[in-house]
Amino acid sequence: MSWILAAPIIIPFATAVLAFLFRRGPEGRWLSVIGSAGLLVASGILMAEVLREGVVAAQMGQWAAPFGITLVADLLSAVMVVITGITGLAVAVYALADIDERKEVLGYHALFQVLLAGVCGAFLTGDLFNLYVWFEVMLIASFGLLILGGRREQLDGGIKYVTLNLVSTILFLSGVGLLYGMTGTLNMADLHGAVQEVDNPGLLIVIAVMFMIAFGVKAAVFPLFFWLPASYHTPAFSVSAIFAGLLTKVGVYALIRVFTLIFTTDVAYTHTILLWVAGFTMVTGVLGAAAMNDFRRILSFHIVSQIGYMILGLALFTPLAIVGAVFYLVHHIIVKANLFLVAGVAKRIAGSTDLAAIGGMYRFAPVLGLLFLIPAFSLAGFPPLSGFWAKYVLVKASLDAGAYWIAAVALVVGLLTIYSMTKIWGYAFWKPHPAGLEPRLAVLTPRDRAALLLPIASLAALTCVIGFFPEPFVAFAERSAEQLLDPTAYVAAVLGDPAVGAEGLAMLEARE
Amino acid sequence: MELLVAIMVGVLVAASVHLMLARNVLRFIFGLILISNAANLTIFVSGRLTPEAPPLIPEGADAPLETVANALPQALVLTAIVIGFGLFAFALTLVYRTYQNLGTLNSDEMRLAEPEERKG
Repeated sequence: MSWILAAPIIIPFATAVLAFLFRRGPEGRWLSVIGSAGLLVASGILMAEVLREGVVAAQMGQWAAPFGITLVADLLSAVMVVITGITGLAVAVYALADIDERKEVLGYHALFQVLLAGVCGAFLTGDLFNLYVWFEVMLIASFGLLILGGRREQLDGGIKYVTLNLVSTILFLSGVGLLYGMTGTLNMADLHGAVQEVDNPGLLIVIAVMFMIAFGVKAAVFPLFFWLPASYHTPAFSVSAIFAGLLTKVGVYALIRVFTLIFTTDVAYTHTILLWVAGFTMVTGVLGAAAMNDFRRILSFHIVSQIGYMILGLALFTPLAIVGAVFYLVHHIIVKANLFLVAGVAKRIAGSTDLAAIGGMYRFAPVLGLLFLIPAFSLAGFPPLSGFWAKYVLVKASLDAGAYWIAAVALVVGLLTIYSMTKIWGYAFWKPHPAGLEPRLAVLTPRDRAALLLPIASLAALTCVIGFFPEPFVAFAERSAEQLLDPTAYVAAVLGDPAVGAEGLAMLEARE
Repeated sequence: MELLVAIMVGVLVAASVHLMLARNVLRFIFGLILISNAANLTIFVSGRLTPEAPPLIPEGADAPLETVANALPQALVLTAIVIGFGLFAFALTLVYRTYQNLGTLNSDEMRLAEPEERKG
């Protein structure tokens, strides 16, 4: 049982070691592809197990539940790991053509695999302090990837990314310490019960807000998102894509996890804050994007605006809204990573990501135009692509909950998203290239062309599949939302049934 | 004892916030290092300070026989210190490299990645 849970963490770590040893030859990059494929297989096995058995948990090192480190996968964790596998494999293949040998020698593939391990660890852990450790693994790998190559813009963006993320980390750590002081436990399933018995609910809310800010920085919500548009457009395109797809979503996942499992004692207060945050995040993100004139910088601001939709789902806290949040999370990772990959190809064939300096790609590379339109329309929420269903569920949920203004905000932001996507389309694809260049896909070598377009086409196909056959995905999101809103099964899987209900300090004291 | 440590944490946080409000990135990093130590002390003190015995379990017993120091926060703090050490070593190197490349430590002047919009 436990190897199924540990495999998505061990495989990328092992691959990282091998990729580092072989970083000077072509073996390194292929090891990275093989390792990512292995991760995808392992995540598939985990998903099958979770679908069959319900919540799966294992105690590492055989230490009983509230004391040792628990790995646990419910449907949300499992689907996030699967998506990590899919995005990881897509980006690993893309990197075959995108990452030059200099970056490979500096250890790109090893850092990339460590990043995947950190992300999977964060999704699978059932312990708050362990979550902190996985955040750090992820963070240190992302630091390396961000500044790999050492161009001046990268260093500039890196400073902002590193400093603001470190502040969030320290807030998270203090929150963990205070929560431990109040409840005597750090096991998330155990905390679910322990916070109900806390005799100082006011302090608990303070801690909840500390977690909200800490994860809010990671998730890039208003007003804590400034590091994201400052840095995400500076590194290599593969790095941008994996960051855009996965990193902020780990923050969203952590928010969903702690605000459905632990901090549910004063929903009226905490989730109202989240609702306002969601509204402002959507609006500021999309307005920021409207002001930008660079392919990647527009997309970076759109990450912020889309995060708002997921937080909206969490904030409404109705079953349908959580369904929307989970569905949005899954759809968004695929679409957003894909758009950044398209931006990379545009840079390769047209020479820049500055919209004023490129053009003519619809005429000379119509295939790329099609591959851009699918994720772009999906992001904006065109039926019948995946983004439409995600937005539809969320808007329906806000109308059902009587939150008409937030439904209006969500719809207007959708419209403005179309504006930005049209701007990219008009500048990069429709207008002729200002330098008279003919941006054809044929300028790429056949090998590069395959490595760049295969992941883009696969992710676009996946977007279409989710869009055309949404029922199984919505049904899955419904089951996942049920688990999140009623964590009985989660708690039972971790602590054993009937729950041990151990409060670490109290138990030790009772023995005296 | 807890109160004294709590006051010390407060003073540390105040000093580090003062440092972190500076435009100079190096001062900001020093503030971060200081506040991370405040966070570590927070964890340490929230595990209760018991100045009695080391947390050793005698042979044959399942639990310590008398009140002992709480070992868990110490383990947590140790982990956090090690991770923090790595992160700050990286951050300091990054600041140094940035200074070499950009020639400034003033965060207001770091506009390379986000240049001002072209006029017109």
